[in-house]
Amino acid sequence: MLSIRNIVKQYAGHRALDDVSLEVEKGKIFGLLGPNGAGKTSLIRIINQITAPDAGEVYFNGEKLNQSHIERIGYLPEERGLYKKMEIGEQLVYLARLKGLGKTDAERRIKTWFEKLDMSDWWGKKIEELSKGMQQKVQFVSTILHDLELIILDEPFSGFDPVNAEVIKDEILELNRKGATIIFSTHRMESVEELCDAIALINRSHKILDGPVKTIRNSYRNNTYKVEFTGKISFDGTEPFKLLHHIPGSESDLIQIKLKENTTVNEVLQFLIPKVSINRLEEIIPTMNEIFIEKVNQIR
Amino acid sequence: MNKTLLIIQREYLARVKKKSFILMTFLVPGLILAMYGVIYLIAANSDSLNKVREIKVIDQSGVFAGKLKDHKNIRFSTANQSLPEAKKAAKKDEDLFILSIGKNFTDKSSVRIFSEKKPNFALINEVENQLNSIATSNNMAAAGIDVIKLSGLKSNISVETKQLTDDGEKDSNLASAYGIGVASAILIYLSLFIYGSQVMRGVIEEKTNRVIEVIVSSVKPFQLMLGKILGVGLVGLTQFLLWIILSTTVTNIAGKVFTSKEVATEQSSNPAQIKGGKNSTAQTQMPIGNPVMNFLKTLEGVNYVYILSCFIFYFLSGYLLYSALFAAVGSAVDSETETQQFMFPITLPLLFTYILSFAFLVNNPDSTLAFWLSIIPFTAPIAMMVRIPFGVPDWQLALSVVMMIAGFLFTTWVAARIYRVGVLMYGKKASYKELAKWFFYKE
Repeated sequence: MLSIRNIVKQYAGHRALDDVSLEVEKGKIFGLLGPNGAGKTSLIRIINQITAPDAGEVYFNGEKLNQSHIERIGYLPEERGLYKKMEIGEQLVYLARLKGLGKTDAERRIKTWFEKLDMSDWWGKKIEELSKGMQQKVQFVSTILHDLELIILDEPFSGFDPVNAEVIKDEILELNRKGATIIFSTHRMESVEELCDAIALINRSHKILDGPVKTIRNSYRNNTYKVEFTGKISFDGTEPFKLLHHIPGSESDLIQIKLKENTTVNEVLQFLIPKVSINRLEEIIPTMNEIFIEKVNQIR
Repeated sequence: MNKTLLIIQREYLARVKKKSFILMTFLVPGLILAMYGVIYLIAANSDSLNKVREIKVIDQSGVFAGKLKDHKNIRFSTANQSLPEAKKAAKKDEDLFILSIGKNFTDKSSVRIFSEKKPNFALINEVENQLNSIATSNNMAAAGIDVIKLSGLKSNISVETKQLTDDGEKDSNLASAYGIGVASAILIYLSLFIYGSQVMRGVIEEKTNRVIEVIVSSVKPFQLMLGKILGVGLVGLTQFLLWIILSTTVTNIAGKVFTSKEVATEQSSNPAQIKGGKNSTAQTQMPIGNPVMNFLKTLEGVNYVYILSCFIFYFLSGYLLYSALFAAVGSAVDSETETQQFMFPITLPLLFTYILSFAFLVNNPDSTLAFWLSIIPFTAPIAMMVRIPFGVPDWQLALSVVMMIAGFLFTTWVAARIYRVGVLMYGKKASYKELAKWFFYKE
């Protein structure tokens, strides 16, 4: 759906993006991750055609990115902003029309969204009369009014209370189910794990990691497991695993183990079952947060 | 292009709907109406002059008695009372004045007027004039000069100015050319600033609101800039148009009201009498008595269509030229307080021409300096508008028009290159060096 190839963006004095390539599959939720100043916003601006790359190309549905694609993309910038003194209804119609929607069509869609998001009586209000969370809602609606194929959301949940964040999340997922591809730029790793199908990690103008979330996490598996059991056992080094931690408890013990080479979980169980009764066994897969921190620190 | 139209529409409507716009639109014709009102009040006051005022003369010198002539509404008569008695009578009648002339009338304070009310200036002036001319002819007679011969020798020449044009001779009215020149200079200067800084404030607003990022993800920065400039420009034109329509209506109504008044005044006054050589040429051609009509007549004979179309062209082209620069300044800063350093070089040519137009251009509309100032696009809108009422050769006007168009295309191009980078830059303190860098950025 979106193919970014060898993008270079040079600003006076520093290179914001250096040979960055990405593939975003159709219908997926894609997480664009990276610490502040890594180059995420530069990349998003290039996709939105706000700026042009110095080298490299972007393909949208196989076509080279051009003016006509703007109407297929919805963009929620990190720094939110609308005209403060303009009536909300009027403002949303204006923004939708700038994205190529007809006037009556825009009005109809806005009304639908207003009903959906519980903002029916906001039409004649002005942005400055609303609370910050309410403004965010309006901004979100403005992003998704037109016929979208790609939605780019930069920190979409910031500024929302937990209830509204959940509402917005559901709407995003709903849009995704209807076929929109979504690019998420965020620092909130929990939401990445929960929502994203694939990610790319950008650090210091370079892409340092990308792929499906599951694949990435799996590739960071290192055969560590968490076992909870009841019973007495002492470890003497003859087990088919390496003991990392042992936390004895009053009802059950918790151990963290790392498999020795060429051993399987089954062998571990075979070893343990005669000795103790096992309550739980679980593989420890590093979270995206841990991978993120590890990767970023590696480079540094 | 379609989207640029949308932007123009928004920028236009957002401003036209503002209370301040509506207020300004009615305020200016209101002021014009007030001006007529003031002129009318003056006229009405002069009407009260038409009340017959009687001046009783007590002449101890014997030089003046019987020689004072009635003038307009002033009637002279010789008093046959003593001064204290006459004073008493004058105290009761506010239209009665006592002129007391001492024996040695050339002495200070030997000529006095007593009255219940303060005599007005015109009355004192008339009395003084008559006394002086009587005294002078008296002196001449004493010196053996024949007064009749002498007045035959006096000449009374007034120059009538005729401008030679292709359409034949045309009454050229220097006063109205002067007035229109200065008025256009002020109007152009103010409107360039007012609407230019509206563009700048709009750009800063979008930048600080961060709405800019949403907009430029839908349209090109250049479209936004152009849309804003044209939208605000249309607001300016609308304002002018409304002012012209409302002012003309007001003027016409005022004209009608005061014309009907004038007929009434003329019957009571006596315009045929001419003051001795003191009248200006303007007054002799017209019935005396109605300043509003005088004012309106002065404005006749001016080619309004020509001046108005020139005004609209120079307002528009000057506005396009400067507002593009204002937009670039707005894009380079994060708040209005930072605009100072960039505003100075922009306002300098305007201010320079503005001041010069009063001090020099309006008196020397055909000088070399005036020529160059009206050709250089940065100064032409003001300088040319000062010159136009005095008549400008067609080739100069054409050259200036071409230069203006080239000028605003150039500044728009330069401004757009700075603007597209500037609007997305935050927290960076912009310097001229920085602006130059932005200018050379690729896309």
